[in-house]
Amino acid sequence: MADMHSEADLAFVRETMLAQKEPPIAEQGALKWLRENLFSSWLNAILTVLSLLLVYWVLAHTLPWLLRGVWDAGSLAECREIRDARYGDGVDAACFAVITDRWQQLLFGFYPRELYWRPILALLCFFAAIAPVLFARVPRQMLGFTVAAPFLIFLLLWGGTIWGPLTVALGFVIGWACIAFLTKPLGRLVATIAAVLLPIIFWLFLAGPLARELGNILPIGLEPVGSKDFGGFMLSFVIGVAGIILSLPLGILLALGRQSDLFLINKVSVGFIELIRGVPLIVWLFTASLLLNYFLPPGTNFDIMLRVIIMVTLFSAAYIAEVVRGGLAALPKGQYEAADALGLDYWQSMRLIILPQALKIAIPGIVSTFIGLFKDTTLVVFIGLLDPIGLSNSIRATTDWNGIYWELFLFIGIMFWIFCFSMSRYSMYLERKLTREHR
Amino acid sequence: MKTSVLFGALTVAGLAAGTASAQTLADVQEAGVLDCGVATGLTGFASPNAAGEWEGFDVSFCRAVAAAVLDDPMAVNFVPTTGQTRFTALASGEVDLLARNTTWTFSRDVDLGFEFVGVNYYDGQGFMVPRELGVTSARDLDGATVCIQTGTTTELNLADYFRVNNISYEPVPVETNAEAQQQYLANACDVYTTDASGLAATRATFENPGDHVILPEIISKEPLGPLVRHGDNQWGDIARWTLNALIAAEELGVTSANVAELAEGTDNPEINRLLGTEGDLGAMFGLDSDWAQRAIAAVGNYGEIFEQNIGESTPIGLARGLNAQWTEGGLLYSPPFR
Repeated sequence: MADMHSEADLAFVRETMLAQKEPPIAEQGALKWLRENLFSSWLNAILTVLSLLLVYWVLAHTLPWLLRGVWDAGSLAECREIRDARYGDGVDAACFAVITDRWQQLLFGFYPRELYWRPILALLCFFAAIAPVLFARVPRQMLGFTVAAPFLIFLLLWGGTIWGPLTVALGFVIGWACIAFLTKPLGRLVATIAAVLLPIIFWLFLAGPLARELGNILPIGLEPVGSKDFGGFMLSFVIGVAGIILSLPLGILLALGRQSDLFLINKVSVGFIELIRGVPLIVWLFTASLLLNYFLPPGTNFDIMLRVIIMVTLFSAAYIAEVVRGGLAALPKGQYEAADALGLDYWQSMRLIILPQALKIAIPGIVSTFIGLFKDTTLVVFIGLLDPIGLSNSIRATTDWNGIYWELFLFIGIMFWIFCFSMSRYSMYLERKLTREHR
Repeated sequence: MKTSVLFGALTVAGLAAGTASAQTLADVQEAGVLDCGVATGLTGFASPNAAGEWEGFDVSFCRAVAAAVLDDPMAVNFVPTTGQTRFTALASGEVDLLARNTTWTFSRDVDLGFEFVGVNYYDGQGFMVPRELGVTSARDLDGATVCIQTGTTTELNLADYFRVNNISYEPVPVETNAEAQQQYLANACDVYTTDASGLAATRATFENPGDHVILPEIISKEPLGPLVRHGDNQWGDIARWTLNALIAAEELGVTSANVAELAEGTDNPEINRLLGTEGDLGAMFGLDSDWAQRAIAAVGNYGEIFEQNIGESTPIGLARGLNAQWTEGGLLYSPPFR
């Protein structure tokens, strides 16, 4: 029996636990991480070394150029003088002085300098308005501001009397009032038709004179700034954001239209989507800037920026429609049937059951379309609008900065990257937040 | 965007088709601003400065017309146009005057329905090569790679020239002048070809301009000038004679500095007629008699504009060459003011 053994019989008795030993040197710390992640096999080791060499090569060529950058000079020639004095003749050095000199132009275009506070305030308004839509933690009362924000932002950017945006807003109020007060006495169909027709009639025939009259009686407003003064990132941002915000609802409607059983709606949606998607954006932009000029009666000065926003919106809506359709198609048929079984009508089932799920599935695609749209705004350079790329051309055209190349593109690239990266991070946050099922 | 414009846009239909022709002057004077089409950015000819004001050789012409017509050289709304949009902008009435480094050709004048009001710069296509190649004539360029901007007349001129001289070349297509500079400096092509003024402006930006030579051959005629729409001869006359006034002013020795003094009356009747102290030329096309005086006072005479924007005192450093007065061996020759 075990307990009967005398101690002398045993060669060794362990009385205490051994202290934990350090793991072998190759299995801990940085070495382990290196071995597992970078040198886990011969192939990986070779790839790692090659990658490191590549990174070194790129940095060795760009870092000195970047770090030697001259930030304070009046022209490219001056930049070169300063560089020659500092580092010796002909050393590679960036001339970031062009950014110092022209960053305001790259950001705001030709917007009057003393009015820079207006686009900045408009941007803050935009963030304040978009916050309750993007983040659930923001108080719901902020949504009221979100509704008012487009008119406020329009007023801030373009100026003019406050009555213009106010009368446009009044049209929406009329539409809402039709739904709210006519549905009971006249029925839903009549109310809906009235809600569409009355505001349009109001905008076409009453809003203009009304705004003018009110402006004459009570001239309150801001100094007007024309679209031609818009440029740089402000232009990209206005076109991009307007396109993004307007194209989402339009795209969803188109996607629903394409799934509709009603012959006319279905065919119109399909036709629209295929027509718009089948033609490059640049062609639509040329249509907006050139063809429309011939079709419209002479003397009509249809704002070029508005034309571009409309085209960009239609273009992106067609893509969004297809992305959303993908989301709709991914839903199991049971969801549709369950909605029907609950006795919900079409709009209720879409609003409460189908779209929330379909849109969640479509988020990566939607955001990716938006990022693409935002970057596509640089195409307006081809119709003579001075977006950041267009401005970089005109900046290069001055005798001071002719010959500058990479510095401007670097700045523009970084700015675009910041916007697009934030959008992409937000979409990932949204996906995580909305995860419901088990994956 | 004024809201009235927005509403106007919404009510596109039903707007009276404004009588486009024959009253450009009245329209411009009523609007109080001249819509002038310029390049989106062309060194020396049109570019915005740090304060956002447009400057350049073509820009000065717009300002001269604005000074003559509106008595305010700053009352110009500059519309940046690209090579593709410029003619539509003019034809559709988006701009009243196009001063965008545009070559006067038969088809543009006749087929597109425009009226070139003169030539403000005689240009021609040239070649630039690195000095180390040791090339002294374009005929030595057999087998060379040539950087060339696509979709321009320079591309066609190049093909013509090499075919006529029976030598071969390999084109390297580039989109913009800035891209061409990078390609050329990176030795992606042996030769860069574009208008000689552009070559000079490009070479001026190089680290070592002396390492590059511009070959003596000029292989095309590029008379660059401002243009207006067909159908409004009065407006065309105003633009034409504003240009002529600037050219004549140089010939007659009228400068922005002495124009006020000379306008008090001189012994030279031609100067008196130009500046409106004798006769009443301005009334003949609907302006007052001081129109030319204002234009010259605002931007200077042709020589001053040239020197200030692209002349030898600027980094671009163009010599007058063909653009000297006829009295000095150039082609500038203004018809008499009489």
